Amino acid sequence: MVLQPSERHYGDWNHRRLGPWCSPTGSPAPLSCETGCGEGSWILVCRLLVPTQVSLLSMEEDIDTRKINNSFLRDHSYATEADIISTVEFNHTGELLATGDKGGRVVIFQREQESKNQVHRRGEYNVYSTFQSHEPEFDYLKSLEIEEKINKIRWLPQQNAAYFLLSTNDKTVKLWKVSERDKRPEGYNLKDEEGRLRDPATITTLRVPVLRPMDLMVEATPRRVFANAHTYHINSISVNSDYETYMSADDLRINLWNFEITNQSFNIVDIKPANMEELTEVITAAEFHPHHCNTFVYSSSKGTIRLCDMRASALCDRHTKFFEEPEDPSNRSFFSEIISSISDVKFSHSGRYIMTRDYLTVKVWDLNMENRPIETYQVHDYLRSKLCSLYENDCIFDKFECVWNGSDSVIMTGSYNNFFRMFDRNTKRDVTLEASRENSKPRAILKPRKVCVGGKRRKDEISVDSLDFSKKILHTAWHPSENIIAVAATNNLYIFQDKVN
Amino acid sequence: MLSKGLKRKQEEEEEGKEALAVDTWWLGPGHPAVAHAPPAVASRSLFDLSVLKLHHSLQQSEPDLQHLVLVVNTLRRIQACMAPTAALPPMPSLPTAPGIADNLLASSDASLSASMASLLEDLSHIEGLSQAPQPLVDEGPPGHPTGGAPPSLGALDLLGPATGCLLVDGLEGLFEDTDTSMYDSELWAPASEGHKSSPEDGPGKEEAPELDEAELDYLMDVLVGTQALERPPGPGC
Repeated sequence: MVLQPSERHYGDWNHRRLGPWCSPTGSPAPLSCETGCGEGSWILVCRLLVPTQVSLLSMEEDIDTRKINNSFLRDHSYATEADIISTVEFNHTGELLATGDKGGRVVIFQREQESKNQVHRRGEYNVYSTFQSHEPEFDYLKSLEIEEKINKIRWLPQQNAAYFLLSTNDKTVKLWKVSERDKRPEGYNLKDEEGRLRDPATITTLRVPVLRPMDLMVEATPRRVFANAHTYHINSISVNSDYETYMSADDLRINLWNFEITNQSFNIVDIKPANMEELTEVITAAEFHPHHCNTFVYSSSKGTIRLCDMRASALCDRHTKFFEEPEDPSNRSFFSEIISSISDVKFSHSGRYIMTRDYLTVKVWDLNMENRPIETYQVHDYLRSKLCSLYENDCIFDKFECVWNGSDSVIMTGSYNNFFRMFDRNTKRDVTLEASRENSKPRAILKPRKVCVGGKRRKDEISVDSLDFSKKILHTAWHPSENIIAVAATNNLYIFQDKVN
Repeated sequence: MLSKGLKRKQEEEEEGKEALAVDTWWLGPGHPAVAHAPPAVASRSLFDLSVLKLHHSLQQSEPDLQHLVLVVNTLRRIQACMAPTAALPPMPSLPTAPGIADNLLASSDASLSASMASLLEDLSHIEGLSQAPQPLVDEGPPGHPTGGAPPSLGALDLLGPATGCLLVDGLEGLFEDTDTSMYDSELWAPASEGHKSSPEDGPGKEEAPELDEAELDYLMDVLVGTQALERPPGPGC
């Protein structure tokens, strides 16, 4: 998508604090993906909850999930650990937004359709479908419990009226079909309206069954289950641009699957040493190139990225390109390796760049330059002096994700204290925002936040020692073409959008 | 005796340094701030913390491999830093990880590496016991998967010399009708050849009594068995 400088504008943003399922008030928000992040502000469209009771209700037959969720107001105090959101993903059009949680549930939100009567409702997302994707399992041989937590969700491009997505826990990937039903056949000859067989002797006439409209029902059905292929924990799945294959990556191996074949997969990367004594590095993330179906990258716990070409060999243990930045001697410490471990890797939409997230920074790499990143953004460098404490409480192992906006001009990632950061690659401006119910006021602009690293703390700043490390934004998503973002904070899903005057 | 005196002296120094920002101690030997603190003390405390983390990680039913590898690598890095200062570090003050810490601290560099590696080997052994079908390894041209199930990679891991004892213990552990404390102790068996004797030698800590009871049970079983066979009891009973 070509950006025109004239299309960049920063408007006056109004912030509205909304309760669950409530519709936004005020004027509509015309959107443009070219809008940067630095000057403008963001508004809270809605805060969505994924409560346990709603999921249970949606499992009953013949119930319109959407109606229940629209009228169901939840108090966040009922949230359990199962409600903690573990992944967030927009589909390719941005119409749908899927979340997965620790309880193995997938909740899909759909964008409110634009209508003349309720223009202000555009941009709001409502629950579209809820289903239990994964159940807890028990491996009897190893006496191990397999968590049902959804690690990743990836949408397939839409090719017909139904939607398809992949969801995975630690061991099993599933392909789900989400389809709508708004008609039902009526007028069967052999069955009555309740579906019971009729006595043939009572049938005196024949009629043609007709399709009559019914209340919209959204149903999710598992179409494929890809199991028993991963010894270690799956951390990534990625759909190939050929739309026929996808890959799943665990700590030591990456497998290539065909969507139609569930009982076998190709192993394309295997870094497990023959002697486990030599294990010093694991795979942390992997992704296919957005356009070249033969190319993919995977990152490691040592801060390296390998780009592989499946045309070179069947087993891609030899990389085509190797991206690594030399360690800065002045910052060397016992924790150097831990903080260099890459928690997420994402191709840009253009396919020319890759973005990596390690503990303290986000880096942008040009595929044509392997020896260092072209851009490095400090997410929360004030934590560098706190690494010991963060090592002690295991926060140093937190895996933050990172995302591109639709035009690859802005990148976003999460931090602690429910903060998330955006970096404008063109203007080099950055902003820190907070996804928090307590700090949200209706009709107020979402105020940029600032962390005080030393000296006198200003009125609206927060000191490093006051940060709440239990409130971490690990999962975020950006609409593919508009400035709408989804930010997951524990069991809350915040949807923000920009607004132009 | 000399080591004890050295320990006390370093602890006194540590108390005297409390006024310093604790965080700067961990910035590594290359950091200027470390010049103000005794690096041996900093390294040792961090070593103890890392050992504790390793212990906790392996107590999980299925450890997080990334976490485990990073902690192990950090331990190796600390060990490399501590090696020149060398007197054996004193017993750790953390009571919850005595067995592991005893073994790791009492070992030489080479055996420490072997211990770490053997712990990782344990994971491989556990994974290898799974009968779940492995993904096909594509050894032919793309698009032509190899037929049949490949050999379990876990089985290959059991052939290493470091795990010879583990293999025997593991198989015995599978078929022995014993309580779970035996299985728990099995996990630590390859950490050191002398692990099973360490609870007897080391200071009494929380885990040592459990191992002694299990060993006593085993010895009693042997005694009953040998008495039934009208054999004289073995030595050490």
